[in-house]
Amino acid sequence: MSAPDGIPIRLERAGKTFDDGTRALEPTDLTIEAGETLVFLGPSGCGKTTTLRIVAGLDQPDAGGRVWFGSDDVTEVPIERRNVGMVFQSYALFPNMSVADNVAYGLKVRRVDEAERRGRVAQMLEMMHITELAHRRIDQLSGGQRQRVALARAIAPRPRVLLLDEPLTALDAKLRETLRVEIDRLLRSLAITTVYVTHDQAEAMALGDRIAVMQKGRIAQIGTPREIYQRPSSAFVAGFIGAMNHVSVRADNGYLIGSGTRIPWHGSAPGGQIMFRPEDVSIHDGSVSPAVMEGRILSAFFLGDHTRLSVDLGAGDPITVRTEARCSFAAGDAVRLSLPAERILWPEA
Amino acid sequence: MTRRRHSGWFWAQLAFTLLVCAFLIVPVGMSMLAGVTKNYFIGIQSGVTLEWVVKVWTDYRHTIFLSIKIALACLACTLLIGVPAAYVLARTQNAFTRTIEELLVMPIAVPGLATALALIVTYGTFGGFRRSWLFILVGHVLFTLPFMVRSVLAVLSSIDLRTLEEGARSLGASFSQRFFGIVLPNCRSGIVAGSLMVVTLSLGEFNMTLLLHTPLTQTLPVGLADTYASLRLEVGSAYTLIFFVIIIPLLIALQWASTPRAAQRPPSDDADFDVRSPPQPAQPSHRAAPAHVRS
Repeated sequence: MSAPDGIPIRLERAGKTFDDGTRALEPTDLTIEAGETLVFLGPSGCGKTTTLRIVAGLDQPDAGGRVWFGSDDVTEVPIERRNVGMVFQSYALFPNMSVADNVAYGLKVRRVDEAERRGRVAQMLEMMHITELAHRRIDQLSGGQRQRVALARAIAPRPRVLLLDEPLTALDAKLRETLRVEIDRLLRSLAITTVYVTHDQAEAMALGDRIAVMQKGRIAQIGTPREIYQRPSSAFVAGFIGAMNHVSVRADNGYLIGSGTRIPWHGSAPGGQIMFRPEDVSIHDGSVSPAVMEGRILSAFFLGDHTRLSVDLGAGDPITVRTEARCSFAAGDAVRLSLPAERILWPEA
Repeated sequence: MTRRRHSGWFWAQLAFTLLVCAFLIVPVGMSMLAGVTKNYFIGIQSGVTLEWVVKVWTDYRHTIFLSIKIALACLACTLLIGVPAAYVLARTQNAFTRTIEELLVMPIAVPGLATALALIVTYGTFGGFRRSWLFILVGHVLFTLPFMVRSVLAVLSSIDLRTLEEGARSLGASFSQRFFGIVLPNCRSGIVAGSLMVVTLSLGEFNMTLLLHTPLTQTLPVGLADTYASLRLEVGSAYTLIFFVIIIPLLIALQWASTPRAAQRPPSDDADFDVRSPPQPAQPSHRAAPAHVRS
């Protein structure tokens, strides 16, 4: 099918306060590039679904906020006339219709003529590999099948924008992975501007061109998955994507000194805490560069391709170490660790 | 299959149940039988006849037709008022709509005679209206409307109406397209059950109608009371017989319509047709999908 041209979406001071006075979304400025997939990631109650609903036109931003689709100000335009495709967490498929009728619905209400409608529905069903389900009723479908129908239905009218609200949450882990791959393939082939809401970091990393991590109604950080993972702007972002270790240190005469920790350091030391990823620490191999941390193993989990150690440095929270070393570890063993200085992060918050 | 030996207690319970059933059903059978007996005081051995049925049909069929007319008109009114009302109540959940929902049952809770008296006191002086069948219709609509609203509301509350409508809106559907294409078809079972309930209740309504009717607007139950009061027992019984013939198919239909269809179990994703997806481990049914969480 011809790829519908994506349009950029712009939020301008868009905030949302519910009737009971709760601030669901602080006034936010945000641009989503044409054809880009932006993932809103965050815990429940962080405002990600509210943001999606404002983009969709299901909710209105507070006075002063504006929503732009390309050069059109769509703030006052209801969802019916925004030409968006939406996939809901509960799928919202129509139980009174067959699979084919569900997919055809958006075309029918737009009065697309019968012949074209039928062709487009067949195309969509094929694209989602559900051709043989065309005449089934919705309650005869499994969760994964429903998900595919919901996607086919959303993209059948060739929307300008595709919105997905936790589309995989209701599925089990294995199926989620399969469908994630399929959604990724679909989004690449459509090149349509997409907003995707999830609380699952793996989904966000896999699907997002950019990720907006949200916290308490604000965008805590926005960037590519790589930027977010490697340069998290705050301890919250760091903790939400992947695991992160925190160690309290003080700068002292060219070293960062902490409990069980002595790291050569010549730059500035902006805070009292350093962060690093479990996979960036390694078991000291006895080479020339000295070990920087020493501790005692609290627990060791052998997970096949790697071992996850929990190491007590003497004070503070134990740190997590992900090592691919092939030796065996036992709780109680002393362990020496090395950590490349360039992998050390300083949280701003 | 093994033969199970029942204890004496089981037989005692069965006997008791059958006795209670008989206590309730025998009068019905007796009454129907009386309607075709030549002389009830002599008994069935006096012979079987359709004379009484014919007599009722000749003298009282206008009451039957009027009852059916009122029942259908009542159905039309409750559909036009009740279904949209249920929709609004389902969509708007606040203190006001909950109060309305409670108040709706008032016409059932208040004795029919009281409602009828209130209607007469208020509108009885409008002569033309008082003398027409529409006066009875108003009473019937008042009485049956809650049943329609409740029945439709129950179905609407069991489906995620808001999300279904949002889905339709996202696909570009206007309000009327959503209402007729999505909302109504999805509360069909509630509408059918409510409709049968309304028709049955309207056909059998006596309390209110006794006061609301005029000699020219007699309905079936009122006519029935009339025959028992003023004519031979056999005539009244024949009347009952005709009433049963009308009402029993409706009751059966009501039962049938309100039984939820045995929903087919959706296939689990294990049986996903898509060969590219690896075999899935056993998993819980997806019908138990978590509720939509607004974050």
